[in-house]
Amino acid sequence: MATLRKTLEIDTSPHISSGASVDSIMRNVVFALLPVCISAVYVFGLTALVTLVVATLTCLLTEQLLGRRRGAPSTLGDWSVAVTGVLYGLTLPPGLPLWMVVLGGVAGVGVGKVLFGGLGYNAFNPALVGRAFLAAAFPVSMTTWYPALGSQRFVEIPSSMLALPFATPVYDAISGATPLAAMKFDGDVAATADLVMGLTSGSTGETSGLLILLGGAYLVLRKMMNWRIPIAIFAAVYALSGVMHLVDPGVYPSPMFMLFAGGLMLGAVFMATDMVASPMTSLGCVLYGVLIGTLVVVIRLWGGMPEGVMYAILLANAVSPHIDNLVRPRVYGTGERGAS
Amino acid sequence: MASLLHRYPTFRHGVHPPESKLDTCNEKIKQFPFAPVLIIPLAQHIGAPAVAVVREGQEVARGQLLARADGFVSVPQHAPASGVVRRIGLVPGIAGRMIPGIYLEPHPGSSQEVAEGDPCDLKSSSPDEIIAAIQGAGIVGLGGAAFPTHVKLKPPEGKSADTLILNGVECEPYLTTDHRVMLEQSTDIYMGIRYLLKATGTERAIIGVEANKLDAAAALRAATPDDMPVTTEVVDVKYPQGAEKMLITALLGKEVPSGGLPVDIGVVTVNVATAAEIGRLLPHGRGIQERVVTITGPAIGRKGNYRIPIGTPLRFALEEVDVSDDVSRVFLGGPMMGQALSSLDIPITKGTSGFVAFSNAETSMREREYPCIRCAYCVDACPIYLNPSQLGLLAMTGEYERMVDDYHLMDCFECGACSYVCPSHIPLVQRFRLAKAIYRERQSA
Repeated sequence: MATLRKTLEIDTSPHISSGASVDSIMRNVVFALLPVCISAVYVFGLTALVTLVVATLTCLLTEQLLGRRRGAPSTLGDWSVAVTGVLYGLTLPPGLPLWMVVLGGVAGVGVGKVLFGGLGYNAFNPALVGRAFLAAAFPVSMTTWYPALGSQRFVEIPSSMLALPFATPVYDAISGATPLAAMKFDGDVAATADLVMGLTSGSTGETSGLLILLGGAYLVLRKMMNWRIPIAIFAAVYALSGVMHLVDPGVYPSPMFMLFAGGLMLGAVFMATDMVASPMTSLGCVLYGVLIGTLVVVIRLWGGMPEGVMYAILLANAVSPHIDNLVRPRVYGTGERGAS
Repeated sequence: MASLLHRYPTFRHGVHPPESKLDTCNEKIKQFPFAPVLIIPLAQHIGAPAVAVVREGQEVARGQLLARADGFVSVPQHAPASGVVRRIGLVPGIAGRMIPGIYLEPHPGSSQEVAEGDPCDLKSSSPDEIIAAIQGAGIVGLGGAAFPTHVKLKPPEGKSADTLILNGVECEPYLTTDHRVMLEQSTDIYMGIRYLLKATGTERAIIGVEANKLDAAAALRAATPDDMPVTTEVVDVKYPQGAEKMLITALLGKEVPSGGLPVDIGVVTVNVATAAEIGRLLPHGRGIQERVVTITGPAIGRKGNYRIPIGTPLRFALEEVDVSDDVSRVFLGGPMMGQALSSLDIPITKGTSGFVAFSNAETSMREREYPCIRCAYCVDACPIYLNPSQLGLLAMTGEYERMVDDYHLMDCFECGACSYVCPSHIPLVQRFRLAKAIYRERQSA
C-alpha cells in the first residue's frame, strides 16, 4: 500500500489547541467598543467621529512605522494597536485640536508600547499613556469640554479641532463643566439617569455607562475579560464613596453618581482590564481592582483634580507585577493540604 | 453531557477540549487479525527491560514466556501468537531509536489457542503471591503509563493504603478503550478488583468514571457484586480529570503531596482496563498477549476499538482499518499527551491505549506565535496551580534553576492544558519538557 510511504509530521503534544488567539481577543474588544463609539458620535456628533478616526489611524500608523523590527511582519494583524487606538480616541475630549490627537497617539503607542518592546511588554496601558502625555502637556485643552447634544453637531466640526499646531485653539462652544467638575467645584450633582444614558458632557467615550457595561458583559461571556477587575473597582468605589456619602451627603456625592460619572465605567471595564498590564491571578485581580477603586475615590474627593481614573489605573499598572509576585497561588500538593 | 442541575465532583482549573469520542464510543471491541510478523520490544514498560528466554528459530505457543522480568521493577513478555522466533536483536522503538526486541512470525494455520499457566487462586493466595502473579502476567498500567502495576501495589515500608481507586475517567479526547472495557468487561473488572483489594489490603474501592460515560457507570453499578465494598462515582467531564492526582482530589478531596505518591495519603490507583486484565488473566495463570486499542481520527476509515495482539506493527494496523491517503500525523495516545510518531514501523505495545491519525486538514495550519499577553488563560487552566506564563518566560531566558526552585517546575506533569489554551500559541509545555531535561542533565553532571 503506497499511501503509507508518505512523510509524517512530528511535533510534541498537545496536538490540538483551543482555537483562542490574540487577534481574535483583540478584535472582539474592538467590537465591544463599537456601541460606545456609536453612542459617542450620537452625543457629540462629527467631532467625536473625526477624533476617533484620527486617533485610531495615528496609533495604527505609529505602530506600523516604529513597531516593526527589521524584516519582521507587520504587527497590525494582532489587532492590539487597534484596541489602543479606539480606546485612546474615547478618552479624549471632543473638540480637541487634531494635532494634539496625533501627538498623543504617537506618544501613547511610541513610548507606551513600542519603547517597552511591543505587544505583551507594555507595563502601562498605552492609550492612557497617550492621554496622560496630553493632560500634562495641554492641561487647558484637555479640560475644555464640548457640549453634549449640540444642535449643529452633525453638520459642523468645531473650529478648535482644526487649530494649527502650537496656536491657541479658539473654542466656539464650551459646555459649563463635566458632571464631576460641577460636583467638585460648584457642588452641583447631575441626575444619575443622565449619566447612565450618557447624555452629559465629558470625554468622547466616557459617557454611556450602560453601553460600556454591555460591551464588558459581552467580553466576559466570551472569556476575554477578567470580570473580577471591574467588579472589584465598582465595589471599592461604591463602598468607599457610600461611607463618605453617609458621613456628609452635602459634601460627598452618592455612590451611584461616583460609579457612572466621568471615566470610571470606561476605565474599569476597558482600560484596567488590559491583560498585559493587569495581574494574572484571581486574588491579584481583586487587589488590583480595589487599589484602583480606592485611588479613584481618593483623587476625586480629596485630590486637586475632578477626575482620577487615568492616574489610578496607571499607578495600579505599575504595581501589577508586584501584586503577581506577592500573590502566588499555593501549588497543588504543597502547604497544609499537601501534608501527608 | 453533564446535567446542569447536577454538579459532579471534580478538581479546580483544567480545560474542555472537544471530546471527539462519538465515532468510536459505541463500537464494540473487535478482534484484530494477526500480522505476518509481530515485533516485541523487551522494554514495553518503565523499568528494567525483560530478558529473552527463547532462541532464534524456536517454536513458541501463544501465551508462552518469551522473556523474563529482570528484577522487581520489570515485567515478563509472553508470546502474543503461536509461531516461530525469527530474530532476537534490535527493533524500532517509539522514540525513533532501535531497541532490543524479538521478531515473531505467527503460524498462519495455527488455532492460536492460549496456553494455560499456573492459576492464581484468589482464596488461597497470599497478598504477596497475588502481587507476584500480577508481575508474572506481565501487567503494566494499560492507561498509557506502562508502569509495572505490581510495584505500586506494595506500599513502601511504614506506609499503608486504605482506598483503592479504579481509574475509568479516560479524559483524553478520542480514546474510548476504557469506556468499552467498562461496558463489556465488568465481570473481569470486578474479578480484578477482588485480587487488587486483597493484594493491597485496602478496605474499599471506588471506580471513578467521567460523566460522558454514564452508560459505563450504570453498567458497572448494575454489575456490582453484593459482597464487595465497591462504589462507582461519576466525576465531571474535564481534562486532565484522568490524571491520578486530579481523580484522587475529585473523589476524596485530598491532595497528593508534592513529590510524593498516592500511597502517602493511603490511596492506590489502578486503571480499569488494567484491573480487567488482572481479572481475566490471573484465574488462568496467563500473561498479556493482546490489549484493547482505539484507532480513530479523521484519517482513519474504519474507526473503532480493537483487541490487538501485542507487537502488531502500526503500519499493518493502519492498513487494516483503511487509513486515508492524506494522513499527515499519527500519534500514540490521545491528542493532549500522545506522542507523534516519526515511523510507522513501530509495534503496538502494552502501553498503547490508542492511536489517532490526523490528515492534512487538521495539521496544515501552523498557528503564528505571539508574545505572551498575560491573559492568564494558562494560570486558570493549570490543574496544579503553576504559573505557566512565568515559567514560559523563564524558559526563554534559560533560567531553569529558578523555574524549579521558585516556580515548582518539577510538579508539572505535562498535561499540556497551558499550551492548549494559549492564545499566543506559545509552546509552553513543550518548553517545560525541555527545561526539565536540561535541568536533570545539569544536576547529574
